[in-house]
Amino acid sequence: MLQYIAKRIVLTIPVLFGILVATFMLTRLTGDPTDLALPSNATEEAREEFRKLHGLDQPIWFQFVRFTYHMVQGDFGTSIRFHEPALKLVMDRMGATTELALAAMAIAIIIGIPAGVLSAYRRNSFTDLNVRGITLLGQAVPSFYLGILSILFFAVWLRWFPTGGRGTWWHLVLPATTLALQIVALIARVTRSCMLDVLGQDYIRTARAKGLSESKVVWLHGLRNAFIPVLTVIGLQVGFLMGGVVVTETVFSWPGVGRLAVQAIYQRDFPLVQAVVFLFALIFVVVNLLVDLAYAALDPRIGYR
Amino acid sequence: MSVTPVNVDATSKRARNESPSAAVMGRLLSKKATIVSLVLLLAALFCAMFPTLVAPFDPYNQELVMRLKAPAFLDRGVAGHWLGTDHLGRDILSRIIYGARVTLLVSLLALVVSLVIGVVAGLVAGFLGGRTDAVILRLVDMQLAFPVILLVISIVAVLGPSLTNLIVIMGLSGWPRFARLVRGAVLSVRGLEYVEAARAIGAGKMRVMFRHILPNILSAIIVYSSFELARMILLEATLSYLGLGVQPPEPTWGGMISEGQKYITQAWWVSLFPGIAIATIILVFNMIGDELRDALDPQLSHE
Repeated sequence: MLQYIAKRIVLTIPVLFGILVATFMLTRLTGDPTDLALPSNATEEAREEFRKLHGLDQPIWFQFVRFTYHMVQGDFGTSIRFHEPALKLVMDRMGATTELALAAMAIAIIIGIPAGVLSAYRRNSFTDLNVRGITLLGQAVPSFYLGILSILFFAVWLRWFPTGGRGTWWHLVLPATTLALQIVALIARVTRSCMLDVLGQDYIRTARAKGLSESKVVWLHGLRNAFIPVLTVIGLQVGFLMGGVVVTETVFSWPGVGRLAVQAIYQRDFPLVQAVVFLFALIFVVVNLLVDLAYAALDPRIGYR
Repeated sequence: MSVTPVNVDATSKRARNESPSAAVMGRLLSKKATIVSLVLLLAALFCAMFPTLVAPFDPYNQELVMRLKAPAFLDRGVAGHWLGTDHLGRDILSRIIYGARVTLLVSLLALVVSLVIGVVAGLVAGFLGGRTDAVILRLVDMQLAFPVILLVISIVAVLGPSLTNLIVIMGLSGWPRFARLVRGAVLSVRGLEYVEAARAIGAGKMRVMFRHILPNILSAIIVYSSFELARMILLEATLSYLGLGVQPPEPTWGGMISEGQKYITQAWWVSLFPGIAIATIILVFNMIGDELRDALDPQLSHE
């Protein structure tokens, strides 16, 4: 087991390095940040000084080596706009983003898995058609549109919730639900199709034949075996969630990392973009690693190669 | 001498003399939802191809006295403007009809880009295996590790939101999913006898990959393409909403929602209707994908 864990961790290193290179190259392609950071009437000397200060006058490979060196020490550089360490800026907003993402994921799992199971069990029944219908609708409505609609109905017309920002639990309801609905649909959909595959298997017939109650057959024998692909999808949704966070935070003016990232991209704030993208990728890789390890624990057929 | 099909049931009895593809069509058309989806799809395609025939107004024509007028079906509405007007007095229905063109064109071409790259990469990875497989898988993992929206936003912000850039970037964002799907499918058929047989009679690698393996995993690719197209439309809408899609005054559904958001308290229809258009077209492709899955996988649909 330890060997398996070690091997999986080693395998993530080239992925992380690739992401690092890509992030670095990407942000260096955006053009010269000097034009954005300084007023258009700045003198050429001031520009030179700015470039020197931020290391933009060095050869690109040198910038990369230096970036990696600092990065390993947790130093992502100083934000060009906020004049503060990039990592600190991101970390300050990570709490808000985590809060939003966890709330959304919890809502999605609590609704999505039972909905998918029921829908598969009573295939083509009224419940199934309803769940499938809502699922399809949930996947079809863009999150930003859903966000705007919920602001319109619940904040502007009914005045139940605030239109945006962060503070009380009430502020969390609309953005978290908006974000969750996108994943609810996916989780329900995958649960449904996995359950359909599983429920057609011989061992389900065997379980029924030996007289187990239907609920035991479905939830224990069925869901337990359908759970692994569902778990993968939940793991992969972390990536989706991070994309969703970017849009949802923008719509609801939620002071999280996603909104920070969009602002940083518009303002060509390289260090900040690098910090956000790299941290997001890191979280994604770690979560997937955990999912893989959970696999091995849940399914004895997966060997510790 | 007649050949009796192995699985004789209601559908295959009817389809006995039909080709497999006709049988699939038969199963598809036996559901109302599918027919509705197909009709809606054809309508959207018609709007995209011949907007001048359908649209009641010029979508670019600004008429400031007519700004933010309510839809015709409301009491305070203005006759003629069925879905109302936006902040520049442009007819919303006409803009939605013209917007179909941009959305469908960008999404379809982006799908083709990711389909071609992804299928070739997946075939090569799955069939050749070994080091090639490892490298492609690593690339796939790497790209999937990026939150797609963030990736696309950053690249569009760098290169500028032209039509070609959008298509290429959106296309590049989708290839890893296809590669993964195809690779998995190839692995599951690679060891089968017909592949071995093809190799035994001396077929080259390319021939085995494209003539023998590809047709056998085609149904999975088709089903997936339908879902992926829905995803592309969503991505295009999101980019337009964030102001990184095709630029105004060209009407895009996401852009219309974003413009309307500023006036949401006084004129909700500006944002509402383009969103319905987006949701409907995505729903249509998801429905078609679902039905295709059931139709191409008769085992499941006859349970």
